Amino acid sequence: MLIYTIRRLIQAIPLMVFISVILFTILHNMPGGPLAPYMQNPHITQADIERLKHNFGLDRPVWVQYLSWLGAYVRGDWGWSTMNSTPVTEAIRERLPATLELMGVSLVVSLIIGLAFGILAAVRPYSMWDYFVTTFAFFGMSMPTFWFAILLQIAFAVSGVHFRIPFSDYRIDFNLPSAGRFDTDGGGLIDGIRHLILPVTVLSLIQIATWSRFTRASMQEVLHTDYMRTAAAKGLGYWKIIFKHGLKNALMPVVTVLALALPGVVGGALITETIFAWPGLGRLFYTALTQQDFSLLMGYLVLISVLVVLFNLIADLAYGWLDPRVKYD
Amino acid sequence: MRANVAPVTPAAMPNPLHEASEPEFARERHQAWRKFRRHYLAMVGAVALIIIAISAIFAPLFTHFDPNAIDANWSGTPLAPGQFDHWLGTDNLGRDLWARMLFGGRISLTVAIFAVLIEVILGTIVGAIAGYYGGWIDWLMMRLTDTFLSIPLLPLLLVLTGIVAASSTKAALNFTSIVLIIGLLSWMPVARLVRGAFLSLREKEFCEAARAIGGNDNRIIMRHLLPNAVAPIVVQATLDVANVIILESALSFLGFGIQPPTASWGNMLSDAQENVSIAWWAAVYPGLCIFATVLAINYMGDGLRDALDPNVR
Repeated sequence: MLIYTIRRLIQAIPLMVFISVILFTILHNMPGGPLAPYMQNPHITQADIERLKHNFGLDRPVWVQYLSWLGAYVRGDWGWSTMNSTPVTEAIRERLPATLELMGVSLVVSLIIGLAFGILAAVRPYSMWDYFVTTFAFFGMSMPTFWFAILLQIAFAVSGVHFRIPFSDYRIDFNLPSAGRFDTDGGGLIDGIRHLILPVTVLSLIQIATWSRFTRASMQEVLHTDYMRTAAAKGLGYWKIIFKHGLKNALMPVVTVLALALPGVVGGALITETIFAWPGLGRLFYTALTQQDFSLLMGYLVLISVLVVLFNLIADLAYGWLDPRVKYD
Repeated sequence: MRANVAPVTPAAMPNPLHEASEPEFARERHQAWRKFRRHYLAMVGAVALIIIAISAIFAPLFTHFDPNAIDANWSGTPLAPGQFDHWLGTDNLGRDLWARMLFGGRISLTVAIFAVLIEVILGTIVGAIAGYYGGWIDWLMMRLTDTFLSIPLLPLLLVLTGIVAASSTKAALNFTSIVLIIGLLSWMPVARLVRGAFLSLREKEFCEAARAIGGNDNRIIMRHLLPNAVAPIVVQATLDVANVIILESALSFLGFGIQPPTASWGNMLSDAQENVSIAWWAAVYPGLCIFATVLAINYMGDGLRDALDPNVR
C-alpha cells in the first residue's frame, strides 16, 4: 500500500509538469503575453515595452522562461498580479475564504439532500418518490446554471415575494439580496446567510442531481447482495439493515466521488460567482481573464489542475482503504 | 502473435464472420428500437428534439422578421412585452425575440453537433489506437488524456476563446473557432470509453479469428472492433450534445462565445440579464429553450443507453 502510494505520487509528477507545460504554452500565446495589460496603456512606448520585456526576462527563450517560472512556482512565488498590484498568492489567499464558504456550504447542503433522495429512491424503486427523485435529477442536470441564477434573481431579488395572508392585515414581503457576500454596511451572520441562499440554491441543484443519482445506483447494487439478505434473515430491523449494512457499503463509491469534487470547492464556481458578484476565486479568474492578468491566470489554472491530480490519487487510495476487497499491485 | 500469421488478401475470400453476423445485427437493431420506443420519456424527448430541430432548420418559414435587424415599422419601445406582431416582444435594440430565438437555435444546435462530431472522431482515434496497440502507445495516449482531463474545462475554454478574440477582433470568435475549440477539448471521455471497449474486444475470439485470416490492423479496427463499440459511443455522443449546448451558451453568456449581432441562446440571455429588472420575460425564453433542448437530449440519451447497453438487456 505504501509502495503503491509512493509509486502513484511519483507518476503524478510528470503529469503535473506536462499540464503546466501545456498551460504555459497556451497562455504565452496570448496576444501580448504577460505584458498584455501594459500594451493597452497609451503612455507606455515601444521602448518601455522592450525594457519591461528585458526586466521580466521575456526576451529569453521560451523554455528558459518556463523553467524559471516552474522553479519560482514550486518555491511559492507565483508572480505578480497586474490587476490587483499584489503577488498572485496574496490575491488568491484574499479570495479563498469566500469561495470556500460558498462551495463548502453548497457541497454540504447538496450532499445531505442528495444522499437522502438517493437512499429513499433506492429503497422504494419505481415508487412515486423514486420517479420524483429521478425527474428532479434529470431537470437538475439539464438546467443551465446561468439561467437558473437569473430566474432566482427575478423571483427573489427583482420583484421579491409579496403576498397578504388571507383574512388578515398581515403582509409578507420577502426579498433576498442578489449580489455580494455582505451588505455594504457590515452585516452580521444573518446578513451573510441571506446572501448565501440564492447562490447556494443554484449550485446545489446540479449537485443534488448528481449525488442522488449516484447514491441511488450504488444503494440499489448493495441492496441485492447476499450480506443484506443474511442481515434480514437474522431478523434485524429494516432501517437498521439499510443504514448499518447497506449505507456503509453503498457510501464507499460516494466517498471517492466526493474526493473528486473537492478541487471544485477550492476552484469556485465561475458562472455563479460572476452572476451573484460573489468575491470568490471563480470571479477572480473571470476578471483576470478580461484584464489579461497572465500570472494570476497561470497560478489559478495550475493550482486547480494540481489539486485535480492529487485528489484523483486520494480517491483511488481511499477506495482501497475503505474496501478491503480492492487489491493494489 | 499477429505478425506470424501469413497474409491472405481479404478480397480473395468472403468474410465468414461478417456474413454470419448480418442477421444478428438486424435482429439486435430491431430489439433496440423496441426497447427505445417503450422508454416513454425518451420518445417524448426525441419528438421534442425533432420539433426544436425543425423550427431551427426552417427558421425563416416561422417568422418574417430578420433576427438581426431592427424593425423600422415598429412604433413601440424596445424591450416591449409580447404583442400582436412581435409575439414574444422585442429585445433591448428592438429586434424581434421570436426570430432571434429561432435563429439562435440554429447556431446552438449546429455548434453542438459539429463540436461533438470532432470530439467523437478525435476521441475514437485516440481511444482505438491506445486500446488496440496497448503498451507504451497506450501509456502515452492515456497520460495525454489525463492531462486534458485534469485542467478545468470551462476556464480553459475561456482562455482559448479569449486568445482568439484578442489576437484579432472579437468577430474572429465565430462559429468555426468555437466549434474547433470545444471539439478539440472534449474528446477525453470518448477516448477512455473507446479504449476500454477495445481492450476487452481485442481479446475476443472473433478478433483472434480476424487476425488468423490475415486482416491487417487497420481492417480489424475498422471492420471488427469499431462496429462493436458503436453503441456506447452513440450514447456518449448524444449526452455530449447536451453538454456542449450548455457549454456554448455559457461561453456566449460570458461574452466569450458567439458574438453579436449573431444570436445564440447564450448571448440573448446575457443581453436580457442587463435589463432583467424592466423586462424579465426576455431572460425567460432563451433559457427555456436551452433547458428544454438539453432535457430532451438527456432523456433521449437515457433511452438510448437502456436500448443499446448490453448490460441492461
